[in-house]
Amino acid sequence: MSTETMPTDDVHATEEHGHDHPSDWQYVKVAIVLALITGAEVAMSYMELGGLLVPGLIVLSIIKFAIVVMWFMHLRFDNRLFRRLFVMGIMLAMFVYCAVLLAFNLPR
Amino acid sequence: MSLDVATPHAGVAGGHPPTTTGLSHEKIGMWAFLGSECLLFGGLISTYLLYRGQSRPGTITPPDVFDIPFTSVSSFVLLMSSLTMVLALAAIQRNDQHRLRVWLLTTALLGATFVGGQAYEFTVFVREGLNLRTNLFGSSFYVLTGFHGVHVTLGVLMLLSLFGLAVRGRITTAQAETVELVGLYWHFVDIVWILIFTLVYLIP
Repeated sequence: MSTETMPTDDVHATEEHGHDHPSDWQYVKVAIVLALITGAEVAMSYMELGGLLVPGLIVLSIIKFAIVVMWFMHLRFDNRLFRRLFVMGIMLAMFVYCAVLLAFNLPR
Repeated sequence: MSLDVATPHAGVAGGHPPTTTGLSHEKIGMWAFLGSECLLFGGLISTYLLYRGQSRPGTITPPDVFDIPFTSVSSFVLLMSSLTMVLALAAIQRNDQHRLRVWLLTTALLGATFVGGQAYEFTVFVREGLNLRTNLFGSSFYVLTGFHGVHVTLGVLMLLSLFGLAVRGRITTAQAETVELVGLYWHFVDIVWILIFTLVYLIP
């Protein structure tokens, strides 16, 4: 097995549907951004941020979620139908959470 | 997922026959499946969040057992496995067989490392007195992270299967979609962990 494992700088050939995908180095940069955001989340959890902690952590996790979905899962480059299928699942999940939250917290 | 090495014929990506949507049925199926998995994990995460702070007083709570630095390293490992997975896909799309094998194996090893870390964490928690029946925190935590761990394990098995096929030269550019489908599943378990890590471990 070759010892060279560094990603290449080649840009992808266009796929059959004509979309250019990111290069290996672009994927590495995205991964670095994700790692930095993770580090920021962990650092925040040790700080005394009061009421800003929870919204801050949730916002950062949503950003990471979106970056992985858009870039690594190629949703920003692919057909809109895939995006709709996935977002529908997320919307239903959030609806389920809200429904259960209301059911458990209704005043008697 | 077809692994035929027959010459691709006219049609959509990957040599599939024409479809009514113009898109691969396998890919639509995978995205629909991932949408349904959002419901599964949405329900489990919702349950954990709703039971948060509801355990009997005097029983084990998250700050008593969580080791944030250890879990942070695990999270980083899983995050990097998403990078190596997408690099594997990029490799097969340009017919780089060597890098495909390297990145597939790396992804599988990183995934296995994550599962190993989770298993070790569970044994530590059990030793400290937290099991499935201890309290609401224990049951909701183990069910949520246990389901995620099973998904990661299945993903590792799929990756090792792909690696075995790649070693035998059974995966070419025509089968890049197969790698893409496994990759979609793998990235999904990663994004679920992104949410679990924040909501379960980091938020006090």
